[in-house]
Amino acid sequence: MSTTTTTRVEPEGQVAEDAPRTLKAAIGPTDRVFRGISRGGGFAVLAVMSLIGVFLTFRALQALREAGWSFVTTEAWEPDGGEFGIAAVLVGTILIALVAIAIAVPLAVGTALYISEYAPARIKRTLISMVDLMAAVPSVVYGLWGAFFLQWNILGLSRWISTWFGWIPFLSVEGTDPRDPLATETVYTASTLIAGIVVAMMVTPITCSVMREVFSQAPAGEREGAYALGATKWGMIRSVVLPYGKGGMIGGTMLGLGRALGETIGVYLVISPVFVIQPRILESGTSSVSSLIALRYGESSQFELSALMAAGLALFLMTLVVNFAASSIIARSRSGAVSDA
Amino acid sequence: MTAVDLRTPGVSTDEPTTGGTTLPPPVPPGSPEEPRRSLVMLRTSDIFALVGAAAAALAITFLLFTQLLPFDGAIGFVVIVYMLFLAIYALLVSLDENGPAVRDKVAAVAIHGLALLMGGGLVFVVLYAIGRGLEALPYLNFYVEDLRVTGPLDPLDLGGIIHGIAGTLIMISIALAITIPLGIVCAVFLNEIPGRFSRLVRTVSEAMTALPSIIAGLFIYATWIMALGFDQSGLAAGLAITVMMLPIVIRASDVVLRLVPGTLKEASYAVGAGQWRTVWHVTLPTARSGLMTSIILGTARGIGETSPVLLTAGYTAAINLDPLSGPMVSLPLLVFELVKNPQPDMIARGFGTAAVLMVLVLLLFALGRAIGGRGPGQLTRRQQHRRVLASRRDAERFRSREAARPRFATNEEGNTR
Repeated sequence: MSTTTTTRVEPEGQVAEDAPRTLKAAIGPTDRVFRGISRGGGFAVLAVMSLIGVFLTFRALQALREAGWSFVTTEAWEPDGGEFGIAAVLVGTILIALVAIAIAVPLAVGTALYISEYAPARIKRTLISMVDLMAAVPSVVYGLWGAFFLQWNILGLSRWISTWFGWIPFLSVEGTDPRDPLATETVYTASTLIAGIVVAMMVTPITCSVMREVFSQAPAGEREGAYALGATKWGMIRSVVLPYGKGGMIGGTMLGLGRALGETIGVYLVISPVFVIQPRILESGTSSVSSLIALRYGESSQFELSALMAAGLALFLMTLVVNFAASSIIARSRSGAVSDA
Repeated sequence: MTAVDLRTPGVSTDEPTTGGTTLPPPVPPGSPEEPRRSLVMLRTSDIFALVGAAAAALAITFLLFTQLLPFDGAIGFVVIVYMLFLAIYALLVSLDENGPAVRDKVAAVAIHGLALLMGGGLVFVVLYAIGRGLEALPYLNFYVEDLRVTGPLDPLDLGGIIHGIAGTLIMISIALAITIPLGIVCAVFLNEIPGRFSRLVRTVSEAMTALPSIIAGLFIYATWIMALGFDQSGLAAGLAITVMMLPIVIRASDVVLRLVPGTLKEASYAVGAGQWRTVWHVTLPTARSGLMTSIILGTARGIGETSPVLLTAGYTAAINLDPLSGPMVSLPLLVFELVKNPQPDMIARGFGTAAVLMVLVLLLFALGRAIGGRGPGQLTRRQQHRRVLASRRDAERFRSREAARPRFATNEEGNTR
């Protein structure tokens, strides 16, 4: 075969015009059915997913039309009395999520660095599986721990912080005097701090697993380059691993934030709901949108349900924005192209 | 492997250079053998510094807490010990190291500490729930009875959580019956028919992974129960779990399917298979373990969620096997309802239920890891063995067909199958 040289046989004087051919694959009937079915599956998923958004908006409109802009600024929640808004619950949700993130991020960064840089190779896989397993532990378990253990064991710490750092506005506590030995301690229970710690335990594993994924992808060549220039391990981490994983760190944090905003049961078990803006994180009483829904859905009228829908819509929009920001930050970072977070 | 290896002195490269080959100087006979150098990174002084700093920190904190300051509380003790430990360790190391080395050591210790704190914290949370549940777990009736006749003050040897176990299994079966076909079809669609529409579907389903689970429950509550007028039931709860699980499963399967090597698919197209045949015989089998893993991990999430079930399933103390009518309860919801009681036995039952739930999740997770955890195309030894056997059988089959076939009709028969 190799001996025959290809010669183009062309009629004299007739130069073949190379018109671009239209590429068309003949699709058989089986494939046509297959493509139809899988398109149908995609369409069904799209329909269900959009239905949630559309339906939430549609039902929420009734309450939103009634309340107007005061829905965002009112603190009370009495829809049947005509006075309701999400100012208090929204602030509570954000505060709990912020406390959770403030605790979760250092823990997650430390653990991710440990697993990807310091842990012996033998136990690395086990540790990775353990972190993933922790992300799958039901949230009610964390809630139990918060309500039955943490609640009563953190009182001393709360009192100590509020006594010595009470001059910082959000760490002060009203209704108790640190010099009074008989003061009740219940003012420190069911606080934003406790809910935040419980949520932090829930979001740390997922944040950690995103960060670890990114850290372990830091290119070996750059690591060896840093070592070759005489860097210590920490020097290498600071100049190679952390800059490389910056996008993943921010993205993982925001992913955790999205989880923290939507958490229901863990928060519900811990807090005692109040419907005023309560910025003092050590003091009893806080609330969140999702626990408001869990608390009120049962005995609500049609109109209150519509108001709950509106609150749910606000929460959903918030988590949506946070998640989109997270995924676009991860995708745009140097390390993000392969990460599936 | 790295470029560095080639440049080490004394090793010749492939191209002849002007210098020729440099050999190490010959060892004169009778010279003492060079002592083997230790490559261990850890020196004795490091261990002394660690142990010394720990002891000093403990001693000082003990002194502070018992003699000097009005402090008490375990958390404060641990925090102060750790802070002092870091400071003293830095001081000790700085006695015989320079700045970067000190920073390196302190950072290493701090990172180990953080990892230990998180690992310890998470393990403690899980063990706490199991530990307090131990009180209820030894009773056999805990696993086979429901709480129909159990009053709030009845002891633990009466009543159990079978209604929760049955409810969980029914609900998750409903959710899986919808999620598995729909999720995988959708993931196949995203990978096989790219275009503007599939990009839209991918964006929307990724956005829906952000859906707070309570809103999935609220959606089903408002549509299925309020608008369509059905009762709270196991089916409604199953639907709510489906809404929550579907985006998770789609996203994970999408990632897994994307990892199937394009060369495999192209090989299949090249031998004349259509798209459907390629998906069914190449793509899905290659990604099978990954798909199983994503489904199992989604199931673990779905089993553990409380809030969608809270809104849609209602609560009952009796076992209910009919998902179409009457309230049904799942394990996490049962935990949630039981620990709201003030009686210690009810709370113990709640913790016991949480322990059972956690064991269930753990089993699912271990199953997921055992099946998955390997990339597509990487086989276990047993799978490899099976492939070899199958291939041997095929070769045998070809040989027998070759022998049975008349010698002149090859070009017609060869293409049939």
